[in-house]
Amino acid sequence: MTATDLGLPQLGGLDLVPSTEEPQKAKDYKSDQEVRWCPGCGDYIVLNTMQSFLPTLGLKPENIVFISGIGCSSRFPYYMNTYGMHSIHGRAPAIATGLAVGRPDLSVWVVTGDGDALSIGGNHLVHALRRNVNIKILLFNNRIYGLTKGQYSPTSETGKVTKSTPMGSLDTPFNPVSLALGAEASFVGRALDSDKKGLTEVLTAAANHRGSALVEIYQNCPIFNDGAFDMLKDRDEAERRIIPLREGEPVIFGPESSDGELEYGVVRDPETGGLTVRKLAEVGVEQVVTHNPAAADPAQAFALSRLTGSDLAHTVTGIFRNVQAPSYDDLAREQVQTAMTKHPGDLQQLLRGNDTWTVS
Amino acid sequence: MSLSEVDEKVGDSSSTKLNRVVIRFAGDSGDGMQLTGDRFTSEAASFGNDLATLPNFPAEIRAPQGTLPGVSSFQLHFADYDILTPGDRPDVLVAMNPAALKANLADVPKSGIIIVNTDEFNKRNLTKVGYAANPLEDGSLENFQVYEVAMGTITQGALAETGLGKKDAERCKNMFALGLLSWMYHRPTESTEQFLRDKFAKKPDIAEANILAFRAGWNYGETTEAFAVTYEVAPAKLAPGTYRQITGNTALAYGVVASAELSKLPVLLGTYPITPASDILHELSKHKNFNVTTFQAEDEIAGIGAALGHAFGGGLGMTTTSGPGVALKSETIGLAVMTELPLVVIDVQRGGPSTGLPTKTEQADLLQAMFGRNGESPVPIVAPATPSDCFDAALEATRIALHYRTPVILLSDGSIANGSEPWLIPDVEKLPDLSVQYANEPNAPDDSGEFWPYLRDPETLARPWAVPGTPGLQHRIGGLEKQEGKGSISYDPDNHDAMVRIRQSKVDGIEVPDLTVDDPSGGEAKMLVLGWGSTYGPIGAAARRVRAKGMPVASAHLRNLNPFPANLGDVLRRYERVLVPEMNGGQLALLLRGKYLVDVRSYTKVAGLPFKAEELEQVFTDHIGEIA
Ligand SMILES: Cc1ncc(C[n+]2csc(CCOP(=O)(O)OP(=O)(O)O)c2C)c(N)n1
Ligand code: SF4
Ligand SMILES: [Mg+2]
Repeated sequence: MTATDLGLPQLGGLDLVPSTEEPQKAKDYKSDQEVRWCPGCGDYIVLNTMQSFLPTLGLKPENIVFISGIGCSSRFPYYMNTYGMHSIHGRAPAIATGLAVGRPDLSVWVVTGDGDALSIGGNHLVHALRRNVNIKILLFNNRIYGLTKGQYSPTSETGKVTKSTPMGSLDTPFNPVSLALGAEASFVGRALDSDKKGLTEVLTAAANHRGSALVEIYQNCPIFNDGAFDMLKDRDEAERRIIPLREGEPVIFGPESSDGELEYGVVRDPETGGLTVRKLAEVGVEQVVTHNPAAADPAQAFALSRLTGSDLAHTVTGIFRNVQAPSYDDLAREQVQTAMTKHPGDLQQLLRGNDTWTVS
Repeated sequence: MSLSEVDEKVGDSSSTKLNRVVIRFAGDSGDGMQLTGDRFTSEAASFGNDLATLPNFPAEIRAPQGTLPGVSSFQLHFADYDILTPGDRPDVLVAMNPAALKANLADVPKSGIIIVNTDEFNKRNLTKVGYAANPLEDGSLENFQVYEVAMGTITQGALAETGLGKKDAERCKNMFALGLLSWMYHRPTESTEQFLRDKFAKKPDIAEANILAFRAGWNYGETTEAFAVTYEVAPAKLAPGTYRQITGNTALAYGVVASAELSKLPVLLGTYPITPASDILHELSKHKNFNVTTFQAEDEIAGIGAALGHAFGGGLGMTTTSGPGVALKSETIGLAVMTELPLVVIDVQRGGPSTGLPTKTEQADLLQAMFGRNGESPVPIVAPATPSDCFDAALEATRIALHYRTPVILLSDGSIANGSEPWLIPDVEKLPDLSVQYANEPNAPDDSGEFWPYLRDPETLARPWAVPGTPGLQHRIGGLEKQEGKGSISYDPDNHDAMVRIRQSKVDGIEVPDLTVDDPSGGEAKMLVLGWGSTYGPIGAAARRVRAKGMPVASAHLRNLNPFPANLGDVLRRYERVLVPEMNGGQLALLLRGKYLVDVRSYTKVAGLPFKAEELEQVFTDHIGEIA
């Protein structure tokens, strides 16, 4: 069932949130709290990006809410001059769901870490995504437990040596984008903390998307997992590794050759049915797949997500999926509205019921 | 409370007048005993009897047919005066198969009536439950009045013309049993026929078949001479007004709906199915027209999380569950304590620990409700006494939650949840106003124009409820300790100590009504029996019996378990002996001893079933004897 089938107007993510003409600045979104992340923490850059991005939405700041779980990243709401709740470990998507269902006039953001979202809160994450509640989930992935001082996390690469895994971690990590697509999330994106432009683009699209959005943000933790994403930040390395997704364009990347062509393209792999990276010179640009985030079938988006392995030899960034689907909270309100209009509640009548007797 | 039985000739058949009767319908879980019991209850209710019911069914949906674990029963006590319990022992046992007879026989008093469906008493079924010989033939039932009726066969015969298959026809035998009992007790029948027509509106042939079976049962009583007497139980002289029959879970659901209306707030029920609480979800999901949203979450944690999120947004957040679910919700309840947001947590207790006895009753979650969280985490507790009291208890829990901005735990239990009784329908106009004010302007005591989310109301100690969307009041709350007043994160030792005490004082200071003592002897009683929750009925019934024997005894019932009524300590100290019967290991007794240093005596039983009045009568008598 789609919103169109139900006769619902196709709303944007923020259409019911009151806006303001008042010009806003980044500093309007800074709270009076002293920021207490470690020096050099990637969380600072994301916070700054968020504070300069929000004014572009032109929303009334009192109608923006940040809800977080527990972890270094989850301190985020304290630093935003909006409404906020720093809740408990892993449960922010559930709390945000209850808020979003009751308050269509709010722009609700969830801030969570790789441990918060994918270990303790894995259940709530996948269910929030499959339900398609109108909340935006920012997953700060530093591939480590920061706040508890450096244990491996569900996104740490296998063999990771940490305080809790001196002989190396054993488990296979999650690829959060694959996980979200597997849960049929209607919006999935990925960006790097240091890529202000790329992150802002993804955030803007997420904010305007109606339904749940998962945005994975690679975030450096200089204290417990320093340099986890350095290969994506070194210019030369980044060119070979990062595969940026652009709507309607062929998926190509890599250093430019002298004739202005990029070196690599993503093509179908006839053996696996998935996608693979090939030199353009060998396969020709016509073989390269075109990116369509609005495709109803998430198969290609999923195949793209599989190009990112835990060694980050390739990392796909941008918006993997952005499809319109009815959001849970809209449907839930619709049911209540329908019931209230069709049979306005009469409490006395309800309490009486149909089977009464009178004692005189 | 003696039973006066007067034989009286009415018309042709002999009819005996009774003050009260206890009937137990027992059969296989597939036999429709709950429905049969429910219908007889409705008939008794519409006739004007006072009544109380006790459904008892297995946790399995269809335990193996014909076995002891598969037996499902429904006990109904109806009377011409106000009764307090579903009755200890059935005067009449309807046993649809050998398993039902075997499982229930021990409860039937000597010379009690047993009506059996002989069709099921074949070798195979008898062996299944370990009867070496047929109890209908070996004389083992000679102390009872046994009526043997081939209910299945007669029902099939009565439905022969309908064209219904044999199996389907046979399945209507529960309505035959209902018809027979309705005749025996002079029950009105129109409402049952109407009920069947409504229930099977989409399958008129099934509706007609059930009605035919029902009438066949009635006619069987009327025309055969098997049953020499019928019985009459006159309407009860209850307080004037309009009544309906109601179960605890329905009353709770209505209490939630009423809370939405009286507080003028939208309700979000975030919940996850669990016996015996699921029916509250089912009921509420039908009442969205009262601005009630039901959210069936992925687990209990998400359910209460959504309820808390809704509360943060300015709504009335509620969650329903049973003990295992409370365990999962504890961390979020702690968050609600810390963030001081209103939240109502309904725990319909069942047998524990762990999965325990899902369909049986117990009151062993009291200490879990009281202390089952990390840190000093006080939570108010309200416990309804009876099925209909659930409605008022829901309003009381909501009042406390909203007024004091705190999570509140409402402790119902399996017997209240599924049991039913007549309910004097409240006049909506007279229900309390539960509305509260949101904060709407900055409140800082300095001239900063800031909003301080932890600046409290000096009387209630409640913090302001400032909801997102209110300009200028942006603030952050969360699980970390907050600085009193300003509400920023604070790790200051003195502040934490102060905040712990303030949260405690806030709960301690909640206004709850004084405890009232019932002592018809006018103060002669030396013993006080104190109960809470569903022990209200059996304690009251036992106290009546003891008093009828000429022994004074005082009784009182706690509805607010945190905080306790202000006069509780004084009341306890007034008596030479205080006895607390509980369906747990002595949890309230432990609290009372700790708090009031009174040598409270505990009587406990954790059998998954309510106390019997006769059992408590004995216990009370023994205790009174000890202090005489
Ligand atoms: C119920 C519960 N279990 C464990 C913890 C301890 N804890 C706090 S944060 C955390 C992991 C955080 O990792 P992540 O989500 O990756 O956040 P980061 O600190 O890396 O931003 C853990 C295990 C807790 N606060 N609550
Ligand atoms: S521990 Fe790591 S993630 Fe946490 S604040 Fe410090 S640098 Fe950031
Ligand atoms: Mg982390």
